[in-house]
Amino acid sequence: MSIGLTLLVEIITFALFVYAFKKLLWKPLMGVMDARQARIAEGLAASDRGMEALQKAEAKSDDALREARDQARDILAAANQQAVQLVEQARETARTEGDRIVERAKAEVDREVQAARESLRRDVGRLAVQGAERILKREIDSKAHAQMLDQLAAEI
Amino acid sequence: MSDLLSLLSTPKEATAFIHHHMGNFTIGQGLFSVNADELIMSWLMGGIVLFVAWRVGKRLSLDRPGRLQSVLETVVEFVNNQAKALYPKADPLIGPLALTIFVWVIVMNVMDIVPVDLVPTIAQVVGLAFGVAEPHHIMFRAVPTAGLAVPTALALSIFGLTLLYGIRAKGVLGYLKGYLSHPFGIWLAPFNIAITIVEEIAKPLSLSLRLFGNMFAGDLVFILIALLGFSWFALPIQAGIGFLWTAFETLIILIQAFIFMLLSVVYLALASDAESSH
Repeated sequence: MSIGLTLLVEIITFALFVYAFKKLLWKPLMGVMDARQARIAEGLAASDRGMEALQKAEAKSDDALREARDQARDILAAANQQAVQLVEQARETARTEGDRIVERAKAEVDREVQAARESLRRDVGRLAVQGAERILKREIDSKAHAQMLDQLAAEI
Repeated sequence: MSDLLSLLSTPKEATAFIHHHMGNFTIGQGLFSVNADELIMSWLMGGIVLFVAWRVGKRLSLDRPGRLQSVLETVVEFVNNQAKALYPKADPLIGPLALTIFVWVIVMNVMDIVPVDLVPTIAQVVGLAFGVAEPHHIMFRAVPTAGLAVPTALALSIFGLTLLYGIRAKGVLGYLKGYLSHPFGIWLAPFNIAITIVEEIAKPLSLSLRLFGNMFAGDLVFILIALLGFSWFALPIQAGIGFLWTAFETLIILIQAFIFMLLSVVYLALASDAESSH
């Protein structure tokens, strides 16, 4: 009994089996597993990318919000300032207008007083002359004493 | 038919029984004889795996692997991880080679825990039906790895590959220089040659004999358990021992296949390591 031929046949069988196992078992399954691994890696990478994009978008929206808030605050401040300015301006205008009116009224009154005083003086002069005429009667020549009377009137 | 009945009812005679289960079903004469039982069983077991792989491979799914696909994927991934850990360089042959060794040796070993009488009895029935020989003359070894041919064939293939890989990595001269300078340096070349040759021969020898010895011994123990003979009194003990030994052998089957695969890859890795002086 010799195992030589059996050995040889089994070696050939082994070689054929290695080929067949590679073809039927190793390659297809490794292919599937590699493909699955690639798909998982791809999915993870995609999720990472999505996460990153989300973060970026969040940061961007935060920025936009902050900017809008800042802008709103600026606008509000400017409006307030403008309002204050307007009120101030209006107040100023009103004050100057009022002052002017008062000024004008004062001038008017002064002028009136002046005029009244003038007419009063004239009246007093005339009355004094009339009074003196009546007291003195003819003794006084209106023509001779006109200069003196005028002087008197101016002194009052 | 009467022959068959007498076969089943004959009391077992120890020597004949052992001879019967451990002897080979041989075809041919002298130098050109082949152990047909080992060939048939090894082809059958490998063929079953290939058939399953072919069936599964026809509809592989990326997203929803079936149960069989999951099992095969687990095995392939396991072997791939082992091979990659031991043989870091990319090599198109290492993976499939390790897978073939692992799976084929497992399925051949599995015949060990199939009831000892089953396959030989089937062989006898078939032999009787086709009139090949008298049932008592048909010998059949059910476990291919319990014979010398299959483990030796595997080990010699690995040995041949280590030669090829060694020469590929170091060149013919570099490879031969390893025999001169290892392990004591070039000045003790004669010793080195002797030691390295012994070392190189010991590798395939231990590889094949380890598997052969384990499976042969395991098979023999099953036969001895079967030889306890049938009696109502001994039945529970016999069944209990049989159960324990089956559980133990289940471990041995897997471990031996694993060791064979691992050592094959290790030897190839050593041979193709250009830095090492092996």
